[in-house]
Amino acid sequence: MTGFLTLFRKEVLRFWKVLMQTVAAPILTTLLYLLIFSHVLEAHVQVYPGVSYTSFLIPGLVMMAILQNAFANGSSSLIQSKISGNIVFFLLPPLSYLEFFLAYLLAAMVRGLVVGLGVAVSGLLFTDLSLVHPLWVMVFALVASAVFACFGIIAGIWAEKFDQLAGVQNFVIMPLTFLSGVFYSIHSLPAFWQAVSHYNPVFYMIDGFRYGFHGVSDVDPWQSLAAVLPIGLILAGLTLQLLRSGYKLRH
Amino acid sequence: MSRAISVRGLAKRFGSLEALRGVDLEIEPGEFFALLGPNGAGKTTLISILAGLVRASAGQAEVMGHDVVHDYRAARRNLGVVPQELVFDPFFTVRETLQFQSGYFGIKRNDDWIDALLHHLNLTDKAETNMRRLSGGMKRRVLVAQALVHKPPVIVLDEPTAGVDVELRQTLWQFIRDLNRQGHTILLTTHYLEEAEELCERVAMLKEGRIVALDRTANLLRADSQRRVELRLNPRRLPEALQPRLLGEKDGAFLLSLHDFGELEGMLAEIRQAGVQIDGFCVRQPDLEEVFLQTMHGAAR
Repeated sequence: MTGFLTLFRKEVLRFWKVLMQTVAAPILTTLLYLLIFSHVLEAHVQVYPGVSYTSFLIPGLVMMAILQNAFANGSSSLIQSKISGNIVFFLLPPLSYLEFFLAYLLAAMVRGLVVGLGVAVSGLLFTDLSLVHPLWVMVFALVASAVFACFGIIAGIWAEKFDQLAGVQNFVIMPLTFLSGVFYSIHSLPAFWQAVSHYNPVFYMIDGFRYGFHGVSDVDPWQSLAAVLPIGLILAGLTLQLLRSGYKLRH
Repeated sequence: MSRAISVRGLAKRFGSLEALRGVDLEIEPGEFFALLGPNGAGKTTLISILAGLVRASAGQAEVMGHDVVHDYRAARRNLGVVPQELVFDPFFTVRETLQFQSGYFGIKRNDDWIDALLHHLNLTDKAETNMRRLSGGMKRRVLVAQALVHKPPVIVLDEPTAGVDVELRQTLWQFIRDLNRQGHTILLTTHYLEEAEELCERVAMLKEGRIVALDRTANLLRADSQRRVELRLNPRRLPEALQPRLLGEKDGAFLLSLHDFGELEGMLAEIRQAGVQIDGFCVRQPDLEEVFLQTMHGAAR
């Protein structure tokens, strides 16, 4: 237990010591999206009756921030440790692969949730935000951050260069999050893209999360949860398997 | 009582490269043991298998009787490794680094021992300094401290003095020697053969993944034929009676074999009788470096 707690603490401290880069910067970037899109679209777009565009947008941006930062934490920490070689500090001690997994998972979730909370609180400066089903908000925040935390750990284990990690971030994470209904309802899309969106797990994360705030969504939150949860379990299982086998960590 | 380190039939293949080709090695608790060999001989691979960083292709390895794969938690608790590479985590201070390392080994409050380690390694005034700001020698000492936070009975040092200045090397060895006296088993790899000769009771030499010599250091050095006398004579003429001893000449000096110190008197008498003056004289003991070079060349044949 001490081993797990120490590794978790170390992982949280690691991003906490560079808050400007790991928390403040992503909050600011997300707020810029909010500022620009709400300014341009507020008068033109109304997705759900009685919900202003800015209020609609905020949960999407909060979820995007959670996902991107949960991914970034585990992946960047692991690749830095691998490249600098200090990964031996936690490969030499008697840490179990489960302790290793939980420490990286929870630290990445903490980073995602801290940035998400920061975006949500700053968003309140722009508009009022309802909170119809807080429990759904929490459930989706936790599950979605866990899924992307696992994703980040896998990418961090797999990547051998920063370049490869940037590739995953730019060619997988960015399209997945941007094309998931952060800025729009997928009902406004042509039929084909609407259908494609239904294969994007991030769509369900955002839609379910939004349901928690506004009480309306494109699909039923239970259906969204049913779509997201198995992905989380599969990725968690895969991460554990990689850690157990020592893939790319122990030769 | 179980052996400190026990390795049987250990082999490791990296693709087409055979880093280890069946190594057997047993080290008793309390030994100060050196693992020598040229670069690429398999020293670091062997250590990495003991530490669980590398998985063996075949064979078994145990630390204090615990298999490094099946019983890895117990094996790792008994082992402290100072890695060869100068690695550090730039996010943290020296003290944080050592506190984290203690925590990874399941030790909650370790500050007394951490303070003692910092003191022994002359790092007390650097405790709150960020790792980035340390010199190479200081980083090396932090690595030593990190390997010792859990007071492991078996300590492995992989090239611990590479790039470390003389004074620091002495401090480091004094500390390691003290640990050995307290009962810790030390396994050392080094390029500085005089260090191994001075410190280690037993030596194994690795070449191309095999052990080519394994004996007490004293036995390896006790090869009589290797003791020599270096003579500078004026005029430069070796008396007839000493010709059979001639091994060669070096920088104008004659190199003569010496099996027994008792033979010295007779040799000097021969020289006096021949009316030759001695300008320079020294007896050269074989050192580990010569044994090492001979063993490595011998194994090549």
